[in-house]
Amino acid sequence: MTVPEELQYTQEHEWVKISGSSATVGITDYAQHALGDVVYVSVPPPGTKVSAGEPCGEVESTKSVSDLYSPVDGEVSEVNAEVDENPGLVNADPYGAGWLFRVTLAENARQPEALLSAAEYEDLTREAE
Amino acid sequence: MTERAAELRRTPLAGIHEELGATMTGFAGWLMPLRYRSETAEHAAVRSAAGLFDLSHMGEIAVTGPGAADALDYALVGQPSALAPGRARYTMICAEDGGVIDDLIVYRLAAQEYLVVANAANTAVVAAELASRAEGRGADVTDRTGDCALIAVQGPAAAAILAPLTDASLGDLRYYAGHRARVAGAQAMLARTGYTGEDGFEIFARAEDAAGIWRAIAGAGAGLGLVPAGLAARDTLRLEAGMPLYGNELSRDVTPFDAGLGRVVKLDKPGPFVGREALARRAGQPPQRVLAGLIVRSRRVPRHGYPVLHAGSRCGTVTSGAPSPTLGVPIAMAYLDPQAAEAAFASGPARQAADAAPAGAQAPLAIDIRGQAVPADLAALPFYRRPGR
Repeated sequence: MTVPEELQYTQEHEWVKISGSSATVGITDYAQHALGDVVYVSVPPPGTKVSAGEPCGEVESTKSVSDLYSPVDGEVSEVNAEVDENPGLVNADPYGAGWLFRVTLAENARQPEALLSAAEYEDLTREAE
Repeated sequence: MTERAAELRRTPLAGIHEELGATMTGFAGWLMPLRYRSETAEHAAVRSAAGLFDLSHMGEIAVTGPGAADALDYALVGQPSALAPGRARYTMICAEDGGVIDDLIVYRLAAQEYLVVANAANTAVVAAELASRAEGRGADVTDRTGDCALIAVQGPAAAAILAPLTDASLGDLRYYAGHRARVAGAQAMLARTGYTGEDGFEIFARAEDAAGIWRAIAGAGAGLGLVPAGLAARDTLRLEAGMPLYGNELSRDVTPFDAGLGRVVKLDKPGPFVGREALARRAGQPPQRVLAGLIVRSRRVPRHGYPVLHAGSRCGTVTSGAPSPTLGVPIAMAYLDPQAAEAAFASGPARQAADAAPAGAQAPLAIDIRGQAVPADLAALPFYRRPGR
């Protein structure tokens, strides 16, 4: 189970990479492994306002469906069309080609203090084992 | 995992699954492999080559003695006394009110020796019911689940994989037949049965022989596309094959007729059997619900318990749903109100699994997928039939 050092994480198993005013979001390796084969991902279309900690989409796998939570406040700027074509990318490369959507951070964005570091997220998943 | 791993029963093959890196899950009190790698790949391997399954959680109940055949005729809705030794039959055990206690496979091993295979969650109840129904009929009922391993090899390559490992003549072993044989040097009962819609075999062996048999089959199949397959693949395989699952399509609240399986009820067999009066009444009535196949016009997946809608009103409930790896679309089985099913059928023929969605035509049904009415077509069951059958 990989947990890249440079990313931040949510309790709900999303990862987020913040660079400048843009945040890229996906689900973690732990999450994709727990879900099994991902068959469909529903993400908010560009232009949608999202709020940190609020559900904004769904991830369907063979056995179950899970809500997708936005880790940050802002407006969706881009979605990964390749994942729509090939949802298996979420399993194969959750931190790379399997990213889900990008958000332009709100100007007065609250500091996303609820986000976890890699070490904190690793502790969280270890407790869940 | 909803059940604590430490409290779950381990099959004789649990160590092998852990070695293989399987994702394990609690199922009916047992620690079972859910998947080894990708459940979709495991499903595809069973359709195209073969899969190897540990089904040791299933219940094995021996019914023996001079009265074994009569006792089973009384206890079950089928007629095991009519089975020739070496043959097997899909059947059910029902309550007095006709409700299904479990669906079963009954193997007749010899004139006075039967093996009844029950679902894991129901084994204790079935064993107790059989013991009570056999009382005074000259039959002994023994739950052998703890000493017995069950390994299945399923898929078009299953016979080629197994042939070099057994003294049984697989070409002569018919579908729903089984007999004692040596498999990988161990004494076993080898049957041509399964729950995947493919050709395949089930091997009942002593617990201590299970690991050796598993490793021998895995070795023999390695070059033929065999992969270990978990419960996730088993569930999508049986759903595509239109096979009911106890707890989903079958329960104490439904009769075999509701599930479209009235043919298993042998009302014309001699002598009484438990549930006969209720089932005879039920056989003469129009159905209160029908079990139907549905194909969804969306990539969202219907799940157990979701409402089915006709003309905006609820007309039924999804019993099982999954993304079908073979068809590439979400499929479901559902109990529907018969009038709604008839109206839906009248608005267009049932969609054949292979058909594309009728373009532009409005779907006759919808499934409420978490608040959104997603269009769905009726589909002929099974969704998948193996080539040549």
